[in-house]
Amino acid sequence: MALSGIEIFKLLPKTNCKKCGFPTCLAFAMALAQGKTEIGKCPDISEEAKSKLSEASAPPIRTFSLGKGEKAVKVGGETVMFRHDKKFFNPTVLGVNIKDDLNDEELVKRAKEVVDSEIERVGQKLRVEAISIEYASNNPERFESAVKAVAESAPDAILILNCGDPSVLERAVKLVADRRPLLYSATDANAEALANIAKANNVPLAVSAEGPEALSALTEKIKALGVEDLVLDPRPKNAGEMIQHNTIIRRAALKKGFKPLGYPIINLVTREDSLLEANIAAISIAKYASIVVLSSIEKWKNLALFTLRQNIYTDPQVPMQVEQKIYKIGEPTPESPLLITTNFSLTYFIVAGEVENSKVPSWLAVMDCEGLSVLTAWAAGKFVASKIANFIKESGVENQIKHRELIIPGQVAILSGALEDKLEGWKVIVGPREANGIPTFLRNRAA
Amino acid sequence: MAFTLPKESYSGKVLSLTFGKDDKAVTIGGEDTLPFLSFEGSIPNRPAIAYEIQDSPIDDWPETLKAVYKDVSDDPVKWARYCQDELKAQAIALRLVSTHPDRENRSADDAAKTVSEVLSAVETPLIILGSNHVEKDSEVLVKVSEAASGHNCVIGKAQEGNYKTIVAAALAHNHKLIAMSELDINLAKQLNILITQMGFDKSRLITDPMCSALGYGLEYTYSVMERIRLAALMQNDATMQPPILGDVGMYVWKTKETMAEESDVPEWGAIEERGIAWESITATSMIMAGANLLIMRHPKAVEVVKKIIDELI
Ligand code: B12
Ligand code: SF4
Repeated sequence: MALSGIEIFKLLPKTNCKKCGFPTCLAFAMALAQGKTEIGKCPDISEEAKSKLSEASAPPIRTFSLGKGEKAVKVGGETVMFRHDKKFFNPTVLGVNIKDDLNDEELVKRAKEVVDSEIERVGQKLRVEAISIEYASNNPERFESAVKAVAESAPDAILILNCGDPSVLERAVKLVADRRPLLYSATDANAEALANIAKANNVPLAVSAEGPEALSALTEKIKALGVEDLVLDPRPKNAGEMIQHNTIIRRAALKKGFKPLGYPIINLVTREDSLLEANIAAISIAKYASIVVLSSIEKWKNLALFTLRQNIYTDPQVPMQVEQKIYKIGEPTPESPLLITTNFSLTYFIVAGEVENSKVPSWLAVMDCEGLSVLTAWAAGKFVASKIANFIKESGVENQIKHRELIIPGQVAILSGALEDKLEGWKVIVGPREANGIPTFLRNRAA
Repeated sequence: MAFTLPKESYSGKVLSLTFGKDDKAVTIGGEDTLPFLSFEGSIPNRPAIAYEIQDSPIDDWPETLKAVYKDVSDDPVKWARYCQDELKAQAIALRLVSTHPDRENRSADDAAKTVSEVLSAVETPLIILGSNHVEKDSEVLVKVSEAASGHNCVIGKAQEGNYKTIVAAALAHNHKLIAMSELDINLAKQLNILITQMGFDKSRLITDPMCSALGYGLEYTYSVMERIRLAALMQNDATMQPPILGDVGMYVWKTKETMAEESDVPEWGAIEERGIAWESITATSMIMAGANLLIMRHPKAVEVVKKIIDELI
């Protein structure tokens, strides 16, 4: 729970020595309460006061990284129950579970699927980030060699070591400790042993128990053993329990400041039917999971889940946008066609992609409409004749091209007359309504 | 630290609404908690799913979807029977696309005739939708309301530009009514107020805050629905308490993700599964945000969303 300025003041030396850069301790306390400065700025504060303050100012849901290096991913750190209240910050990590009893060839193949999962959508590179290796063989050597094979085949993947047997896990973790794998999972039966392994190797630990209450007891015990980077698995029996458990955990952390549940959540969503599994994963992404582990990652499934994750985690206040300018698609010449659209990322990437598909080198004028789609921008009075005319004139495109023809989106065909009036010497051509009509349209014009 | 269950107490409740007749009637809404949080409230009715059919041969649906209905889609009566008998539809949504001035521009009387034929062919509860042309709908929906008199249908959609005549018709012929606004909670609220001011009881309304597909504005619909539900439950805002509609299929099946051949976009994977996943995940997201009624197209997508609902309730 956050402390008030007065509460913080009580913990300060009260000497008004000004070393912190503030005129008085009280001023410093007030600034601290508003998050405008840091405790470290006061050199004279006691250790005890410092730990009290940092405990109190810690975020309600712990944030830490999974994996190491460039592809490490942050989990946790969420501050709201509903995305419209602010935004969801650290997108759900997607992972796939691979059982160690597959033969090596198959293991490598499954790991490669993760490596190859990356696709680009709306300018973002999206991928399955994690691989969970499950100890299903009951053969410790097999597990170790599976961990090795997977780790080598997928050098960037976040590893999850899915093995509850401390002696087996202890040996396996040594092989990949430098990758900061997540250990899955501490239960009532093995909590102490797993906590010790996590601590010794400085890796995060998943904790699993039936439901939030049992979980909270277990995390307190584990935290007392010195492990703090924890992930919670409430082990829901079905999707209904999953939503409820995840909601209770998030609410307890955010609204009650209940530290034993102030950790990111992991959901294993395995279902026999892959389509059903995809939908369960969707629920998990929307409702508070930081890590979702699937049993298969077909391309269609990835695309759908990446897209949902992107939707849920966009900032509701700021639509994703691209820079206003004249983009070159292919290697356009002064004779190449000129098309115009708005700077909403989704619109830009769809249109640019289709222009590229047409294989007709083109100029694409992207106009700043505060990140709104074509029709929305039109309805909001931002993508209208006078503004488009100004933009075209000021963009300098008239020096880049010889012709004076501007192709506008079919959905704003209604603009063409007014635009021709405003853009002297130009001819306005109405393009297709949907971007997927662009390739045929451009090819027919080029022919 | 001792754990205490962080329960929310809600002062409001979603209104329940029944459409259709006799033992086939469908009831939606009635919950007094946020979606699927049964630990703190009751959820008497499952979200319902209606199969969408159209009154004129399909032109713009992708092949994978068209194929499902290839033997029946030339005739709305056959199509409705197929949904009822083969697909065991809980409800059917007949979209009168042919009345749109840019399509066949069929008359309101023609549409009324189609509606009568469908109603006499099936007992499944019917949702009757116009072509989404503001002026034309205000004629068409008046006539079809009359033709469907006594069947307790859902009529839609009434929008800001045409609600008056449509509300009057739904009132006169005792139907339920969909009120649609454009992705803005204040517009949704305002339209519901205008409609109830005409003497139309709010317990007979369904709010459609406008759907959007996965990847194409889904997050806007999702958040508007969540905010409507919160207003209904936490602030006890009576104008936000009608059940919510997600008109999923029509937004999903025009996206590139449901249409592009795998040969053109190998990194997107199998086209058929992709389309079904697109529709079902859009629908699942909508019920998570508070939708009580869905209109969908692909039987496999419907099937998986039903399984999801089984797990949720
Ligand atoms: C999401 C959304 C919003 C979001 C904004 C999202 C955004 N960043 O733009 C929000 C909620 C903020 C919003 C607000 C409004 N919206 Co709005 N919104 C939508 C919605 C659902 C989707 C828009 C979208 O993202 N489309 C996807 C993008 C990719 O489409 P696009 O930019 O048009 O691009 C396509 C084509 O135009 C074409 N294309 C694009 N560029 C080019 C260029 C060339 C050369 C060619 C050939 C083709 C081409 O390719 C693309 C893919 O096919 C649509 C309805 C719908 N389902 O389409 C309504 C819609 C656009 N909104 C509408 C309205 C009226 C509004 C508001 C004015 C009213 C309101 N509800 O408050 C406000 C105005 C906003 C403001 N700031 O004042 C109306 C517009 C009606 C009209 N015909 O004028 C629509 C159509 C809804 C409706 N049916 O009434 N909206
Ligand atoms: S440095 Fe510390 S003791 Fe000195 S004025 Fe600032 S808060 Fe007070």
